Amino acid sequence: MTTAKLMKGNEALAEAAIQAGCDAYFGYPITPQSEVLEYLAREMPKHNRVVMQAESEVASINMVYGAAGAGFRAMTSSSSPGFSLMQEGISYLAGAELPCLLVNVNRAGPGLGTIQPGQGDYFQSVKGGGHGDYKMIVLAPASVQEMADFVFLGFDLADKYRNPVLILSDGAIGQMMEKVVFKPYTNPAIDKSSWATTGKPATRERNYITSLFIQPERMEVHNLKLEAKFQLMRENEVRWEEMNTEDADYIFVAYGLSARICQKAMDVARARNIKVGILRPITLFPFPYQRLEELASKVKGILTVELNSGQMVEDVRLAVKGKTPVAFYGRLGGMLFTPEDIEHELETLIATHHVN
Amino acid sequence: MSTDEQILTTTSSVAPATECSPDEYEMVYHKPTTLVDVSMHYCPGCAHSLVHKLIMEVVEEENIQDKTIGIAPVGCSVFAYDYMNIDMQEAAHGRAAAVATAVKRLMPEKYVFTYQGDGDLAAIGIAETLHAINRGENILIVFMNNAVYGMTSGQMAPTTLPGMKTTTSPDGRDTSFYGSPIRIAELMAQLPGAYFVTRQAVNSANAVRRAKKALQQAFRYQQLHKGTCLVEIIGNCPSNWKMTPAEASKFIDEEMVKTFPLGDVKVPAATANNKE
Ligand SMILES: Cc1ncc(C[n+]2csc(CCOP(=O)(O)OP(=O)(O)O)c2C)c(N)n1
Ligand code: SF4
Ligand SMILES: [Mg+2]
Repeated sequence: MTTAKLMKGNEALAEAAIQAGCDAYFGYPITPQSEVLEYLAREMPKHNRVVMQAESEVASINMVYGAAGAGFRAMTSSSSPGFSLMQEGISYLAGAELPCLLVNVNRAGPGLGTIQPGQGDYFQSVKGGGHGDYKMIVLAPASVQEMADFVFLGFDLADKYRNPVLILSDGAIGQMMEKVVFKPYTNPAIDKSSWATTGKPATRERNYITSLFIQPERMEVHNLKLEAKFQLMRENEVRWEEMNTEDADYIFVAYGLSARICQKAMDVARARNIKVGILRPITLFPFPYQRLEELASKVKGILTVELNSGQMVEDVRLAVKGKTPVAFYGRLGGMLFTPEDIEHELETLIATHHVN
Repeated sequence: MSTDEQILTTTSSVAPATECSPDEYEMVYHKPTTLVDVSMHYCPGCAHSLVHKLIMEVVEEENIQDKTIGIAPVGCSVFAYDYMNIDMQEAAHGRAAAVATAVKRLMPEKYVFTYQGDGDLAAIGIAETLHAINRGENILIVFMNNAVYGMTSGQMAPTTLPGMKTTTSPDGRDTSFYGSPIRIAELMAQLPGAYFVTRQAVNSANAVRRAKKALQQAFRYQQLHKGTCLVEIIGNCPSNWKMTPAEASKFIDEEMVKTFPLGDVKVPAATANNKE
């Protein structure tokens, strides 16, 4: 169990789903995440679990709704265009308070875009891609190991808050092969009988799953109940990783694949005596605003690095509140930056702001 | 105090004819216990309330309340779970068959049905419906065809009759522009996954009896795990048809059935055992 295996990110995630006791997976093929569906189509039946290739992502997400509403651990995965199709369903899941695990292996867009990695779905993921006021915990893995770990964490958090949890990965983390260790895990199998639709025995009232509250007074009460949960997430579930921030004059803020590349850029910069550290948000919602604000008052500048045209940088600026210069560097269209590119941008930031 | 005395003392000055104790009547009908005892929000004469009752009568008579999960649509019957005293899920518009698929796959021993209007099933949700039936999901789809979008106030549906006036076809449905009404029962019966497909109405006492029989049959078929049952019911929408309920019933007999003929469209092969 605890020996390391060499696996693709998508396959590690799929294997973790089985080990996490995922009862049902529904998915539709799309590059670069089809391995999840393929792996589970092969492996889930061996464990007597339900796995289905749906007719569309719209069907997948609504199958997740049905399964989650019946109290089962349910999951789907997709990539950007497919994930866009799921947004109505995600809003319903959040509105009806159904726990489930969603995975978006982000590729570059907009439109059909390209199958290469991207991080352009940040806004959609953390600001609520579907309609109405809802939030979900968004976990951003930066390694194959985290692709596996976050499945266990994600299912547990989904159950804890009765809310969907999203793993926002990207085409590179999904496709690359690395060592992964599956830590022993037991599905807490929490009791969902008070709300799950399993058939009404004479001994209890009927259970029904809905996101509909037609009277505005009741709708607002429901909204406030949801808001209270989202506030609890903000208070209790902020996760991030720091590297070399103790003595840092500068900070890279980056998640997922970008954070991996920033790590190398940090080495390049440090070799040139530029003291740079990294803050890697692990949860994109809730975002580590507070820690970033603390760091902002200690450093001379922050460079936000993303594979998009500048999305998370808006949250970075909200956190920093003008306490230090914030610059952005990104590549688009599935193109990647090199560590040297990033280091060069850092030097530009230093020169522009004369903050050395 | 005997019941008689009670009546005399409490209603002495009023004619007692209708004030008899229930014990003195023979019970010929009671509302199924599987229906929640509240008044429904449907317009007077709307077929939704009647069909809710039929389904719940079947659930009561088959004694499967604890094993039945219903999926409500988006449409006038979105509140079905307020009335049906069973576990239910309210699906996104058109997606009931996908939701039902998951529920049934995870709990194959349960009875799972969807209840959907024509906008829900035949327009936005036709893909989920068709694929669920093609996979032969062991669910019952109750399809309430009232040829109009009731909930959103009477827009044209895929099932609107040629020439029929709606708020979005004010001069009547022009089939050269919008195509012809989709005959869902016949279309879906083509799929090998469809096990039992029938079209019924509820606009007369006899029609109601036949519709109930079809629903009962369809519930029983679920035990066989042989495929999807689709019971299309020609409903009505007096409010948006701008008719009295009686006129609506006549309209069904005179107009609707020309496009949507009643009766079984696909029945299980004679060898099929549909007995319990
Ligand atoms: C995605 C989406 N699109 C549109 C609507 C608006 N809408 C609600 S009910 C409905 C049509 C309902 O008509 P039908 O299914 O025929 O049911 P009826 O009310 O006639 O029983 C529509 C278009 C919605 N709720 N969701
Ligand atoms: S609008 Fe039509 S379908 Fe809706 S409740 Fe009224 S009569 Fe029934
Ligand atoms: Mg209708």
